[in-house]
Amino acid sequence: MDISLKNVEYRYQVDTPFERLAIKDVSIEIPEGTFLAIIGHTGSGKSTVLQHLNALLKPTGGEVVIGDRVITADKKQKNLKEVRQKVGIVFQFPEHQLFEETVEKDICFGPMNFGVSEQVAKKRAREAISLVGLGEEILSKSPFDLSGGQMRRVAIAGVLAMNPDVIVLDEPTAGLDPRGRKEIMDMFYSLHKHKNLSTILVTHSMEDASRYADKIVIMQKGQVYKTGTPIEIFSNPEELIEMGLDVPEVVKFQQRLEKAFQRKFSKTCLTIEEMTEEVSSFLKRGDSR
Amino acid sequence: MKKSLVQLDDISFKYDTEGDYALRHVSIDIYEGEWLAIVGHNGSGKSTMAKLLNGLNFPQEGSITVDSLALSEDTVWDIRDKIGMVFQNPDNQFVGTTVQDDVAFGLENHGIPRDDMIKRVQQALESVKMEQFLDQEPHHLSGGQKQRVAIAGVLALRPDIIVLDEATSMLDPRGREEVLETVRILKKDHKMTVISITHDLEEAAKADRIIVMNKGELYKQGTPEEIFQLDEELVSLGLDIPFPVKMSKMLKALDIPVTKYHLSEEELVADIWTSHSKM
Repeated sequence: MDISLKNVEYRYQVDTPFERLAIKDVSIEIPEGTFLAIIGHTGSGKSTVLQHLNALLKPTGGEVVIGDRVITADKKQKNLKEVRQKVGIVFQFPEHQLFEETVEKDICFGPMNFGVSEQVAKKRAREAISLVGLGEEILSKSPFDLSGGQMRRVAIAGVLAMNPDVIVLDEPTAGLDPRGRKEIMDMFYSLHKHKNLSTILVTHSMEDASRYADKIVIMQKGQVYKTGTPIEIFSNPEELIEMGLDVPEVVKFQQRLEKAFQRKFSKTCLTIEEMTEEVSSFLKRGDSR
Repeated sequence: MKKSLVQLDDISFKYDTEGDYALRHVSIDIYEGEWLAIVGHNGSGKSTMAKLLNGLNFPQEGSITVDSLALSEDTVWDIRDKIGMVFQNPDNQFVGTTVQDDVAFGLENHGIPRDDMIKRVQQALESVKMEQFLDQEPHHLSGGQKQRVAIAGVLALRPDIIVLDEATSMLDPRGREEVLETVRILKKDHKMTVISITHDLEEAAKADRIIVMNKGELYKQGTPEEIFQLDEELVSLGLDIPFPVKMSKMLKALDIPVTKYHLSEEELVADIWTSHSKM
């Protein structure tokens, strides 16, 4: 399912003294099967964009196209259920939304709300729990007896059980330890690959954006500042740093190295392996003088 | 001579009467004026320790002493004056209807005179660069902005010890660096002691000392230098290694003569430069 935002504008609390322009003229194309990362400062409008992706917010200008649904300011929207089933959002700290007595009931809640029978929902719960790397024995437990990392996975399973075509992740690894972070991101990446799930990742982690995304959108002050592949985005680190954004460690390192040696490497390295390779061949050639 | 400010003496704690201990026989000294980073996997007991420090929970065994005061139900309010806590999720720590009310809340509770209070609220918000949001409702701020306000609320009280429990994990890199820099300056100017519970290894690398927790036990303590030599051992604990250390190691594997596993990129670049000029 394709999603596209065309010149989207959103104002909070229109026609009140508190009216505030959150995003304007935002155009983003998300063809089916894309892994898109959205980066930008806190307050740059990332979360506002995110809430348009399944019509939690209706634009105050422009249009949002989700599959065959067109959402604009002037049209009354009816029956958005289908859109919300197809685009699953994993919010920040999704474990705070767990509420049922058992993990199974919690995961089944979403699908059953969308009209799936209990039997099918339970089957999906079993599939979803294994997708997030937990054992079936956890289904009968109370979600509140689980560790933080497990709770996060259960909450994610609840979104996956709705069989979405698109999954939107808002800082999905915040607060996890490094291993948990890697496991969760690898899990989303493999879901993306194997189920051709369009994935939209809102993140502060430039490492994750560069490692997993096909395409990166940089938001600044409520607008799209730039769109490109990781290599396009990170080949010009000065620009990002100027904006107060970070670049991946390896890019930062290359920059520092190039400055020390007064010499540009032939390419921008995005992984530590590439970087070590570059440094090694550079030193062994010894042709810099 | 380092002065020990906080002593955790053989503490054990569990949340339920049944179930496992969240902390087992942990003894730690925290020194005046130091920046102590506490690292460990999720569920290793880091945050539990923070909650014991200011009496949100009490250990079943062992004792905690803060600035010569033994922590108990009777002393808990005195100890909370000395320790300011900033938690991970800013949404859970707002009470005021505007940013300045929120920062003033703690000061009001302490009966700080109004003139002084206004000044301190302003200063605290300036130090986290939120002074332009005085009359905004906290709930209209972004996550990172909220967290800066929460930190301002603690800073305004000028505690001797500030505990950051994953307090910067929701901030963007610049926001994070700004907040940490703020805390560094406050630490220096007010001789504050900082205890930072963190997954950010680059931050931990800049601490004076690191404590590694594993499954409720103290696994190791030492300088960042000492701790990051543990290398793969850290990975097996669910942690990671800072980028420069990883890079040093990979270069070494390719026979590039780096002198040691560097904690900072500057050092590593300098080292590569030296080996280059020798070639």
